Amino acid sequence: MGSNSVVSNRRMPEKMNCFDLSPNSNSESEAEEVHVLAVDDSLVDRKVIERLLKISSCKVTAVDSGWRALKLLGLLDDEEEDKSSFSSSDGFEGLKVDLIITDYWMPGMTGYELLKKIKESSSFREIPVVIMSSENVMARIDRCLEEGAEEFIVKPVKLSDVTRLRDYYMATREIRSAESGINVNKRKLQESFDVSTASSSPSSSSASPPSLFSSSAPCSPSSLDSPTRRPKMTSFDHILI
Amino acid sequence: MDRKQSQLQVACARRSLFDQGYLDDQFIQLEHLQDEANPNFVEEVVRLFYSDSVRMIQNIEQAMMINKPDIDFSKLDDCMHQFKGSSSSIGARKVIKECSKFREYCYAGNIEGCIKTFQLLKQEHATLKRKLETYFQLVKEAGLAEST
Repeated sequence: MGSNSVVSNRRMPEKMNCFDLSPNSNSESEAEEVHVLAVDDSLVDRKVIERLLKISSCKVTAVDSGWRALKLLGLLDDEEEDKSSFSSSDGFEGLKVDLIITDYWMPGMTGYELLKKIKESSSFREIPVVIMSSENVMARIDRCLEEGAEEFIVKPVKLSDVTRLRDYYMATREIRSAESGINVNKRKLQESFDVSTASSSPSSSSASPPSLFSSSAPCSPSSLDSPTRRPKMTSFDHILI
Repeated sequence: MDRKQSQLQVACARRSLFDQGYLDDQFIQLEHLQDEANPNFVEEVVRLFYSDSVRMIQNIEQAMMINKPDIDFSKLDDCMHQFKGSSSSIGARKVIKECSKFREYCYAGNIEGCIKTFQLLKQEHATLKRKLETYFQLVKEAGLAEST
């Protein structure tokens, strides 16, 4: 890929979707946009994901590689820097992001490798990472989830996927900020969410914090109400290889 | 032609692109991302796809031109995977079908199949481009047409 695509959106989009924030949200957190770092080597997909995120009231920074993502986050040390055109010491602190969404298949560093690096980092492991892939391969999905990915989305990404992510992020943000001072395993918290929402009907979301896998998206299958985290799948793609 | 007629023309052209199987649901997803602030989003994405296609098609052609015993089918598949991904992102249904067929030939190590399929793929790719250009032109004209 030639030109960079680091884009930052500072403007709230004209069109605001109505969405159901969790009961815990207040006007303060509503005012704070979710800042998403989108990583995809495809020019077309970057444009689309950027628009999907902006229209869902998220601030977006879009980059074309895992290396560039790590660089922006401030995770690369000198030995690991690639031959990119970034100048090495610009005193850059590191981008503050709330969510990372990355393509799986990318030349150089895959989304899985990026995920691993983020989860290995003490400062960044708490950032939720979502993997996107055009291929619905169970082994790949499981590997990513085991490594700590929040969700695995099958491409092409739809608006409903993004609004669901954003709702989930907003709803669990309170928990995240509360636990950042406490050494709680976030996965255990997520699992307790899944269990609590599993017992209620899939479509209800007002009584408890929304599960990441709520059935508001039309394609979400009923396997979502199992207590373990399952990836979002399209309705016709339960392919096992 | 007044606006109503222009809009009818646009609606018919659009309908036919779906009915004839050129486009799938993803195109509609892109349409949902358009608003007054971004009225040409779909056209922008399509243009980006076509300009980016040039590079991807070249990569595939180069990978196919290598002498038979040395063809790296895995690399060829990777190139096509990328192209298929972009095609999926705009909902280019017939193009995607040819991409899938191509990838099957790659798995089978069948270069003749790949070459044949790639010709069909390029045809579908070019046909869709013409149809979409016509469609976007109609959209523009409907926007400019005088209201009754």
